[in-house]
Amino acid sequence: MEPILSIRDLTKTYKGGHQALKSVSLDIRRGEIFALLGPNGAGKTTLIGITCGLVNPTSGTVLADGHDVVHDFRAARATIGLVPQELTTDAFETVWATVCFSRGLFGKQPDPALLERILRNLSLWEKKDSKIATLSGGMKRRVLIAKALSHEPRILFLDEPSAGVDVELRRDMWNVVRDLRDAGVTIILTTHYIEEAEEMADRIGVISRGELILVEEKASLMHKLGRKQLTLHLQDALHAIPQALEGYGLSLSPDGLSLVYSFENEGGRARITALLRQLNESGVAFRDLETSQSSLEEIFVSLVRGAA
Amino acid sequence: MNWQAVKAIYRFEMSRSFRTLVQSIGAPVLTTSLYFVVFGSAIGSRMTQIGGIPYGAFIVPGLIMLSILTESVGNSSFGIYMPKWAGTIYELLSAPVSTPEILLGYVGAAASKSVMIGLIILATSTFFVPLQIQHPVWMVAFLLLTSVSFSLFGFMLGIWADSWEKLNVVPTLIVTPLTFLGGSFYSIDMLPPVWRTVTLFNPVVYLISGFRWSFYGLADVSLAVSLAFIGGFFLLCLAVISWMIRSGWRLKH
Repeated sequence: MEPILSIRDLTKTYKGGHQALKSVSLDIRRGEIFALLGPNGAGKTTLIGITCGLVNPTSGTVLADGHDVVHDFRAARATIGLVPQELTTDAFETVWATVCFSRGLFGKQPDPALLERILRNLSLWEKKDSKIATLSGGMKRRVLIAKALSHEPRILFLDEPSAGVDVELRRDMWNVVRDLRDAGVTIILTTHYIEEAEEMADRIGVISRGELILVEEKASLMHKLGRKQLTLHLQDALHAIPQALEGYGLSLSPDGLSLVYSFENEGGRARITALLRQLNESGVAFRDLETSQSSLEEIFVSLVRGAA
Repeated sequence: MNWQAVKAIYRFEMSRSFRTLVQSIGAPVLTTSLYFVVFGSAIGSRMTQIGGIPYGAFIVPGLIMLSILTESVGNSSFGIYMPKWAGTIYELLSAPVSTPEILLGYVGAAASKSVMIGLIILATSTFFVPLQIQHPVWMVAFLLLTSVSFSLFGFMLGIWADSWEKLNVVPTLIVTPLTFLGGSFYSIDMLPPVWRTVTLFNPVVYLISGFRWSFYGLADVSLAVSLAFIGGFFLLCLAVISWMIRSGWRLKH
């Protein structure tokens, strides 16, 4: 199936000479949730800016649902909704007026029933006649989401949606995102909160210094790069790792009460049985054991370090 | 054409002025009334007639132009500078709208307000002086063309400005002086010859002259020159703004 968003060799050099994007190519599949991860200044917002029409590209093309975002901007932009990172709202407008404005701006006929549904889903309906200036930061974030959804986009960009957002809103927001995905909307989010990507995304892209260093299914990324750790809590403290166990690269905690075995997914797992047998033979008794898998955050940090 | 967008922008801009009704309409009416009291009554009682027109009536077209110019530039520049400053411009830039729609919405709203204010001032002035309008169609044409042109100019200013100070400097230091010196309160025939020549370089002279002609059939310069000037100014502003929006100058990175 044709990708809903197709980015080819996209480059952006700002006036001061800063190269924010270095020949980035990326295809976003229809209906997926794609998380773009990267440190500050990696080029995430520039990528979104070019796709949405806020930034002029230096070279390269972006097709949104088959429409070039520069030459056929009208058709391209009509498919895209953007929730910006900054809380930029019209302070003196009411919530209702501002969502009606957004819908009109994108060329859609008024549809009060739809707007009511959107506001209700975001717990904004009670505030519809309030001036935006009187709302809290979290509420303003909801207003921005409602504005972006008001014109029924096929592609939704969420630029750092959880920045400064309370738990309740985050839950509401992810419910909305899941509903949207079920309705066939493609969602692209950038985030610092890696647990968010881990929880929500189907695929993950990592961008660093203007280069897309990795694009992978979340599950396979975790599988491929995820290191596992087996921690054994010992009955009696050890002074040193017994000689017989040296080949496993074990580490002993300072108090001598736990042994940690780190392993890559495939080969390492097979050795667990041997390790446990060896322990038994060496007379090391343990009272508990646990395994843990490295989080996406750890994977991400190691990737970005590697690219630097 | 994305007419829904034009409607949305137009309504947004108009609702902004209705929210601040006292400031939007009350202020120009009060200012004009003060001009009538000071210039029309206090000074006018000592002035002879100009071209057979009582002084109080003579200044009406100039006063309307003064307000229209100030209001058009002010409203329109604020209309686009405000979202730029607040950051809400992101939505306009990411929307499927092109130059004509943006201009019809923003400039259309600013010009509408100016025309409304012009007509209110016209109505107010009938309380102070006897008025006659010899060429009503031309009067409306001048009113519209001037409102639209200077709203375009204001829009240009709003895109250009990157600080509140810059936004205010052009209206205060250029537009207002040009209007005051453009024959709002006198006929340029009353000036010494040298200053008369200097004044002819002031574009506002042509606007006021043409507008006054539509009231009293009395002009400082010919009607054709007035029309050519305002038409040329309109086209120039339109060309510059079209380039600004298309290229994203001072709007996009």
